Amino acid sequence: MATSTVDAESLLSIDVGSITTRAALFDLVDGRYRYLGSGSVLTTAYAPFHDIGEGIRSALDRLQLVTGRVLVGGDERLIIPSKDDGSGVDTLVATISAGPPLNMILLGLLEEVSLESARRLASTTYARVVDSISLNDRRKPEDRIDAILRLRPDIILATGGTEKGASQSVLKLLDSIGLASYLMPEDERPAVLFAGNQALQDDVQKSLGKLLRLQFAPNVRPTLEVEQTEATQVHLSDLYRSVRSRKLSGVEELDIWAGGGLMPTATAFGRVIRFLSKVYDPIKGVLGVDVGASATTIAGAFNGELALSVFPQFGLGKSLAELVEYCSPEAIARWLHIEMSASSIREYLHQKSFYPASVPATAEELHLEQALARQVMQMALRKATSFFPAKVMRYGPSLSPWFEPIVASGSVLTRAPNNAQSLLMLLDGVQPTGVTTIVLDQNHIAPALGAAAAINSTLAVQVLETSTLHNLGTVISPVGNARFGTPVLRLRITYEDGREVPVEVKQGSIEVLPLPAGQSAKLNLTPLQRYDVGMGGAGRSGGLRVVGGALGVVIDARGRPLKMPEDPARRRELIRKWRSTLGC
Amino acid sequence: MLAQVTHILPITLLRRERLLSSPGRVVVRKGQKVSATDVIAEIRLNPQHMLLDIARSLNLPVREADPNIQCQAGDQVSQGDVLAGPVGFTKRVVRAPKNGRVIVAGEGQILLELEGPPVELKAGMPGIVADLVGDRGAIIETSGALIQGVWGNNRIDFGLMHVLARSPDDELKPDRMDVSLRGSVVLGGYCRDPQSLKLGGELPIRGMILGSMDAALLPFALKVPYPVIILDAVGRRPMNPAAYKLLSTNDKREVSLNAEGWDRFAGKRPEVVIPLPASGNTSLPRDVVEFLPGQSVLVTRAPYAGQTGTLSNILLGLTVLPSGIKTQAAEIRLDNGDNVVVPLVNLEVLV
Repeated sequence: MATSTVDAESLLSIDVGSITTRAALFDLVDGRYRYLGSGSVLTTAYAPFHDIGEGIRSALDRLQLVTGRVLVGGDERLIIPSKDDGSGVDTLVATISAGPPLNMILLGLLEEVSLESARRLASTTYARVVDSISLNDRRKPEDRIDAILRLRPDIILATGGTEKGASQSVLKLLDSIGLASYLMPEDERPAVLFAGNQALQDDVQKSLGKLLRLQFAPNVRPTLEVEQTEATQVHLSDLYRSVRSRKLSGVEELDIWAGGGLMPTATAFGRVIRFLSKVYDPIKGVLGVDVGASATTIAGAFNGELALSVFPQFGLGKSLAELVEYCSPEAIARWLHIEMSASSIREYLHQKSFYPASVPATAEELHLEQALARQVMQMALRKATSFFPAKVMRYGPSLSPWFEPIVASGSVLTRAPNNAQSLLMLLDGVQPTGVTTIVLDQNHIAPALGAAAAINSTLAVQVLETSTLHNLGTVISPVGNARFGTPVLRLRITYEDGREVPVEVKQGSIEVLPLPAGQSAKLNLTPLQRYDVGMGGAGRSGGLRVVGGALGVVIDARGRPLKMPEDPARRRELIRKWRSTLGC
Repeated sequence: MLAQVTHILPITLLRRERLLSSPGRVVVRKGQKVSATDVIAEIRLNPQHMLLDIARSLNLPVREADPNIQCQAGDQVSQGDVLAGPVGFTKRVVRAPKNGRVIVAGEGQILLELEGPPVELKAGMPGIVADLVGDRGAIIETSGALIQGVWGNNRIDFGLMHVLARSPDDELKPDRMDVSLRGSVVLGGYCRDPQSLKLGGELPIRGMILGSMDAALLPFALKVPYPVIILDAVGRRPMNPAAYKLLSTNDKREVSLNAEGWDRFAGKRPEVVIPLPASGNTSLPRDVVEFLPGQSVLVTRAPYAGQTGTLSNILLGLTVLPSGIKTQAAEIRLDNGDNVVVPLVNLEVLV
């Protein structure tokens, strides 16, 4: 049931997450594409179903109820293309993140060159790097073979050798892969993606081609100085889809429905962020943050150049039990305004990993869940930043680059009890600098739009132009050095009705200036103490027009990086104050 | 809405597929009676290999080395067997450094798979081999009481159960672990002292069932030589009343523990089975259940975590929880008589 891309109008998107399967419908309303609604159910990738199809069918049932449109025919098949009676849809796009992360082994010649590029590539999808093989690897060949047999990788990403560079050493490293694959049952052999010296393709094909599934991609390091990963990312997405299809029932059928275009949710999310980066101010980047159960995804796009990072170890689901390997419970506790012991935090991490779909019913558990979101965002962003292009604009190496806007997704952010809680989580986790707008993807449609962009870019553009993304507000984060309580910014907001409100902002505080959605205002900013507010340099004043959002204009003068008092009681008191100011 | 399910059943038919991760050798036959620790299949899962550079050892170019290789793929060789040579004036040879099997011979190299102990797949519960699954394993069928848990240390064993927990939250202290427990499976409430686990290994016991355990003890529990199953939580929490009642009324009965880790994707969960004869209407437990009024449920998250009750009403639309989160919820009449509202995703149906 391949979908037609000709004269396509309505579009159905299906996203199979590790907890939730969502079906969303988009169609023309008054000549413009709109998001019409969605249906969500629990994903059925796991026991007792072991088939994502059950969840997809239930999500479609929900969507039919919500939208009143018949999408599934009497024969239980999706109606594609749509019929004159209004039933069915014209196109379908699909994304998936369900299932355990893929095990990946990286192969490259030099640790700091090809292997580093391989690492960067591996982080663009739902994968865990379980081993690396390089010239620095002191293991004997047989030990490498045994490691490959023991680790049972799903994918081996082989790089190495610049163009017209090394060849024999790359082939020698690949020998271990060939021998190990030969020793595995045929249906358990890994897929190999070769993205090294292109002159070796024939040799690699000859030595590995008959043993396993082999794909070739352009050299990720054609020279020592140049790195090109974009084309290889596409191949990696293809491999992800093919491994998922092999290991999870229903994926192959979904891929057929999507005309062979099923893609990892993170890849589709990244596409939307990249698209937005072409539309917005080219000096700044666009940041996408998706805090999901299976992974935390960071997508930074800078004038069309995307740096995508997926962190399965920072998901808020099953992997939470292992979070203490990456940070201490005390690091999580510093985000809390209530007292909570390290052992209580550890226990919560385990309990949540046992029941990833469960939700915090008490205020105490909600605070902890939101603290976890802050912590994983911060850790993920810290790692992802190293993959951002060197030329991006930022105030300092340890500070977040300039972003406009920041798009946030993931139920911990989008289903928070109020907008203020969502915003404060993002301010703490991302710590934006300068002036930025923060929007929430409340209906989790960004991946759908990313997947749709390839076949119906008009739809993606028009839906993004509508108010589908929920504007939390404009955030101004001055950067500089001053003591707590020192005035660092004077600003004047001039509303559409001519009213003017002057505000003085002190270091360590948060200020909120109401500006409802649909309204705009003019801001005049005068930094003090040589603070930088994104007006062209330290101490420079300027004005800008801002549009309203749920929380209006928020000035976050708590400092960058955000340093909180060491004393727990004082820290908690300060957090309580910030929460109160924002209206958490 | 589909419900998550936990089985706490006094009597049920049980059918469990026990499979190797790769093709191996199945050592049971259909209809055979097995105990929990009987091996049903084995595999050399992670054999060690040795790559011998024949060309280098014989000091010959690769193309000249190959005709001097005296073995071929598939040959079993013993330590000291000549694999290649003799060549030259000194009659240089390459001998097998250990017992093993030749995997590849050629291109100037020999790859040997060394002999090593096989990985054994145990039945996991006592029963009958209902069917064989190719070269991967078997389906074991039995009847009895079934209690599922949340965490296990990946070990399997069986023995007579000693109920040490006088109440669902009774702490299993080291002074309770005496020599009379040797060879038995211990039922405790909560454990926070690593000494209790250590003594279990020294006696030794054959297994430990707990309602809850301190998080700090998990790494230690992974190392003890007997199976440990946690039924409810990491941290301190009384064992859920349904499990406690069922287990404590089966004191001195034989129980089998399959403490494999909970893996939703693979469909594995730590389980305690108390073998009991089936009656005429004993059936397989239901794994697919929709929420319905009248169902027995277990609450998995605060503030009622670990309590059991009856689902009295599924609330229409979304309910605002005390945390402020809006979600689908149900009214539950807890076993202590309290009526409370719990999100559906924080419930497990007990069937």
